[in-house]
Amino acid sequence: MFSSPLYRLNIVDRPLAKGKGEVSLSAFSFLFSELVQYCQTRVSNIGELERRLEDIGVGVGLRLLEILCFREKNSKRDIRLLDVLKFVHTSLWKYLFGRQAKDLEQSNTAEDEYMISDYDLFVNKYISVPKDMGALNCAAFVAGIVKGVLDGAGFRARVTAHFVPMKGQPKPKTTILMKFDSAVLAREHRLPSL
Amino acid sequence: MDAINAEIFTLTYGSMVRQLIADLEDVNEVNKQLDTMGYNIGIRLIDEFLAKSKTGKCIDFRDTADKIAKVGFKMFLNTSAAVANWNADSTECSLILEDNPLTDFVELPENYAGLSYCNVLCGVIRGALEMVNINVSCNFVKDVLRGDDVSELRLKLLSQMHETYPYKDDD
Repeated sequence: MFSSPLYRLNIVDRPLAKGKGEVSLSAFSFLFSELVQYCQTRVSNIGELERRLEDIGVGVGLRLLEILCFREKNSKRDIRLLDVLKFVHTSLWKYLFGRQAKDLEQSNTAEDEYMISDYDLFVNKYISVPKDMGALNCAAFVAGIVKGVLDGAGFRARVTAHFVPMKGQPKPKTTILMKFDSAVLAREHRLPSL
Repeated sequence: MDAINAEIFTLTYGSMVRQLIADLEDVNEVNKQLDTMGYNIGIRLIDEFLAKSKTGKCIDFRDTADKIAKVGFKMFLNTSAAVANWNADSTECSLILEDNPLTDFVELPENYAGLSYCNVLCGVIRGALEMVNINVSCNFVKDVLRGDDVSELRLKLLSQMHETYPYKDDD
């Protein structure tokens, strides 16, 4: 039945593609817009819609972690909080957006909260949010990807996306807020300091 | 045209299909939903295709199939398809996908053998052609994910309306 030599192999025995391929951004945007519209038919409010987008992102993030660790880190995974954050800010962002994220900050008020912010995430490029749904940020999908990566690496966190209006900038920036589980921080404190 | 890493596209599509399976719980429903989504994409995508591809009117259905395979797939998925297996009166043909970015990283579990994973493509082609007054039916007859050696999309011309001038809609 399996006549093609490549597909006769079990999927884990096949070589992992190099990942240089590109498709048009429109193709992605068309698909993403259908995805948002589909999710919208199954939810009753914006919070749920964002949560659904996030769930779909998580599936992507879990897989991206595997691919990126395999390609860039010699199959090694970071175990320190700061390293993981740097990985998200640099490697993951480069992979997703072709550049590293603008800022990576720790919250002033809470030790367990970190933020990554950036402008012009491609998911929002062709999306105009209607006025009555003002709080919706389709970057929830990117938040989901980040959550997938963090969860997969063993750093459980609640990840949410927010618009932050900036003075002197026409567009708000998108901040991805990561709030880590208390267990993650407890573990981090037990490990010897860097 | 702006481009994006193909793997993100692939993984997003995969995640979406998984969500559909979880929501709809029936592969036939999922196939239908994918086709509908594809159709919605197709009716919008044709505008961009016509605006950016600089192709003129198709002379006949053979020309149409060629443009889909060589220009359309190239433009949006950065791959191309071969057109083959024409029937005698040139109303049916197959698009053979050489390299389908949607199927990377995918393994179809046995209990989902009925899933037409890339069904969205059928919808896209159907929707896009409908906007240029060509009605087709489109479905996968071979799929690498089901163990075939290639993915084959069967395209069948149902009817073709000729626009007549003056257009009635514009009154």
